[in-house]
Amino acid sequence: MDELSPEERKKRGQRNVAIALLIGAFVAIIYLVTMLKIGANIASGNP
Amino acid sequence: MNGAVTRPLKELPQQASHASPWDYFALLKPRVMSLVIFTALVGMVAAVSTGAGIHPLLAAISLLAIAVGAGASGALNMWWDADIDALMARTIGRPIPRGLVPAPEAAGFGGILSALSVALLALASNYVAAGLLAFTIFFYLVIYSMWLKRLTPQNIVIGGAAGALPPVVGWAAISGSAPIEAWILFGIIFLWTPPHFWALALYREGDYARAGVPMMPVVKGERSTKRQIFIYAVILAFAGAAPYFVGMAGPFYLAVASALGAWFVWLSFGVLRSEPGEKELPKRLFGFSILYLFAVFAAILIEDLWVIYG
Repeated sequence: MDELSPEERKKRGQRNVAIALLIGAFVAIIYLVTMLKIGANIASGNP
Repeated sequence: MNGAVTRPLKELPQQASHASPWDYFALLKPRVMSLVIFTALVGMVAAVSTGAGIHPLLAAISLLAIAVGAGASGALNMWWDADIDALMARTIGRPIPRGLVPAPEAAGFGGILSALSVALLALASNYVAAGLLAFTIFFYLVIYSMWLKRLTPQNIVIGGAAGALPPVVGWAAISGSAPIEAWILFGIIFLWTPPHFWALALYREGDYARAGVPMMPVVKGERSTKRQIFIYAVILAFAGAAPYFVGMAGPFYLAVASALGAWFVWLSFGVLRSEPGEKELPKRLFGFSILYLFAVFAAILIEDLWVIYG
């Protein structure tokens, strides 16, 4: 495997951080959607 | 020229990625995405003004899903068109031709975002909207990018349907249906697309010819393109007034759409009468066309917000 230059290493780190943040945001959004949908169902009397 | 265009076999850099997160963001065509967000938002607000509604947070998440879906189709388009993007001045700075993002990574990125955006829209709103978003992505990638773009000068006429669908998707996200009013918004963008892109093609003709893309000026010549721009502009000016006549917009909208529609026709007439090789007037028309679409949809948005909160 080729040795990464400091610049490439920095870019890879930035990409990793971005992926982590996006996955975290996606999980949070799915959680939020689930709570809102469950809340709406409870409010309307549906099981 | 129809059917004669093949994919140029230009070797593109396939190096390990040197890209920053912003280069991946650029794959989503942020400027196109902003127009999609805006037109989808107008579709959503128009649906709310008819009495439909979902939780505001779910509506915001739905809009995010539509935006990501649009961006994903942009990334897939950049993957497929990487060879011709490398030949055109307008697109040579994109992340794949610059060698920053390998084309297969762009395909994977776009594919994953497509799946996630459709799934998210299905969860946050309904299956009708999710199905429409999936169809939009499919249409843009397969029907437009893979099939029509290199085949026929009518590429952007038919392919324009993909760019016209976001307000319908937005409407469906709120109401679960796509009534005639939503398709009128679709029709305005659909009719706006040919004069918009042909104006661009008139002053970027060399780009498209070099890449072998059969845009109208390349295949049929300037004269025919200018005539067709003018015809579309006239039809658009009338179609732009349609929301008023079906009762989905008021006099304020009619005034804005009529004035801007008339100006669109006037600029197109100027282009029609311009000398061969003239670039400035098509450029001006291209710029104005963006303002036209923004202003017409903004007028609908303002009136609908007035109905909701006024």
